[in-house]
Amino acid sequence: MEYKMKLTDAQRAVLDGAEGEVKAKVMLTLVKFGEIFGAEKMVPVTHACGHLVTSFGIGLLKPLFRTMDELIDAGLKAEGGFTVDPRPLDYENVKCNPLLKLVFNKFMYSEQARYEEQLLKAGLVDRDAFSCTCYLKETGNIPKKGDVLSWAESSAVVYANSVLGARCNRNSGMLDLFGSIVGCVPYFGLLTDEGRKATWKVYVKTSTKPEAQILGSAIGMKVMEDVPYVYGMEKWLGEEITPETEAYLKDFGAATASNGAVGLYHIDKLTPEAKEAGESLITGDAKTYVIDDAELERVYGSYPNMWKEGAKAKLVFIGCPHLTYGQLVGWSESVLKALKDNGLKKTAVRTVFCSSPAVIAKFKADNAELYAKIKTAGVGITGICPLMYTNNPLTKTTPIATNSNKLRTYSVARYFKDADILKIVSGEA
Amino acid sequence: MKQFKGRVIAAGEFEGEAIVSHGGVNTLATFQKSAMANKKEVVASDQNNPDLFGKNITGRALCLPITIGSTTGGLVIQTVCSMKINPKCFLFSEHIDSLAASGIVLARIWEDSDVIAVDNLGKEFLECVKTGDRVRVAQDGTVTVLSD
Repeated sequence: MEYKMKLTDAQRAVLDGAEGEVKAKVMLTLVKFGEIFGAEKMVPVTHACGHLVTSFGIGLLKPLFRTMDELIDAGLKAEGGFTVDPRPLDYENVKCNPLLKLVFNKFMYSEQARYEEQLLKAGLVDRDAFSCTCYLKETGNIPKKGDVLSWAESSAVVYANSVLGARCNRNSGMLDLFGSIVGCVPYFGLLTDEGRKATWKVYVKTSTKPEAQILGSAIGMKVMEDVPYVYGMEKWLGEEITPETEAYLKDFGAATASNGAVGLYHIDKLTPEAKEAGESLITGDAKTYVIDDAELERVYGSYPNMWKEGAKAKLVFIGCPHLTYGQLVGWSESVLKALKDNGLKKTAVRTVFCSSPAVIAKFKADNAELYAKIKTAGVGITGICPLMYTNNPLTKTTPIATNSNKLRTYSVARYFKDADILKIVSGEA
Repeated sequence: MKQFKGRVIAAGEFEGEAIVSHGGVNTLATFQKSAMANKKEVVASDQNNPDLFGKNITGRALCLPITIGSTTGGLVIQTVCSMKINPKCFLFSEHIDSLAASGIVLARIWEDSDVIAVDNLGKEFLECVKTGDRVRVAQDGTVTVLSD
């Protein structure tokens, strides 16, 4: 068979079946995928550790389990290992009634145990490597600037591209693993210098620091899959990447990727490529988008409210994407202070913080007193993905509040600004 | 009757009803509810997409600019194709995005699906075609809007 792409002899041999039929099919998928985008070659994955988006054993995903079996039976795995998105369930920290447990265990995530065994056989680095924020130092799957990745998870890809300067397309689940297995990915889009150029100039002209998740949402909805170059943020974020900036950009990026399809953004004077190349990253015909207070309020006001009329929050999820260590400490302190101010010992509404297993372990170890206090106040701290918890018929009528625009997008949860979430948790609202 | 010529991503012939989204289609948000409930048809569940929300898209020609959202998107398309509850055609006005492309390739290679995809049909295509119109898709990527 002829291919438009120029392949090395080794790649061609794999495609022709020299290393087995299944590996040939894996390579064929990547080649066909690349050809759609005019990729002329496959390039090596230089950051060997992958990241997979699919972490949940939903019984329905039969193609996923079948393909995993095919790969494993053929002796294929990601030699560099991989991390994966969060687990769906944690009954110890996110309590479920017996009916909900039944739905999760027997119907929704009936294949979780089998799938986790498949992941381990395919290269999962360890049993705790479940987080959407694999790039934080606690989990430690951190690519260098210029590294080529085979990752999925929209929020991780946009972070790796934008904040770390790595190079990764918005790969789909399954293709993330395929690239890690064959060790190469098609060269197009965000892997190329041209594909990393900004086609939008976004001017942030707000009077206060914009809520990361609303700003990201506004930009995502406007630019869709294009690359924005954002001006005006140095006033709010400074010109150096700090742990606080990392947290902000994590939340901002997740909203651009889930409310749109952004895979890379540049922040003037802050993100690595913008610092290095500045406005030369912007194409001559770039479009313009100005964001002021009114625009942010317009976007915030456009979110549909899927709660029943007059409903009050019964569950609050904070941490989608997973909270950084600083955010976990910060939210714990804020909630405890708000409870004290309102004369409460426990949260007024059931509240769950989501973070990676590694960050939670650090929190327990380094901040044991605060950890104990926030747990005593009734907050669950878990490594699950809240989206996977909310994705079931029994919770669709539960009024869930969140400060995550990603969770809002994929569930019936309602978005609230951070300050309003705090009021809900502490009984002020 | 109006004709548009696009690029063939996955060839096939189709004549049937169009369903149109003027904004990007969030694959996970649109398909997840019906797929997870093991329904025989997909009723679009993306609350943020008023063009599609609540409408049946199985077996139809889904006319859209691109897909957006979670990188599970390709796997979701593969899954609905495997369940045979997919839109019969994906007709993109713009260049197909990476997630939809993954899904179409996965469905064709790993599921032997006959899902059809054509891209680069142009903005005018989305301005012309309306939900409920009949469309005809030819092997060479020609899309004819039979009623407007």
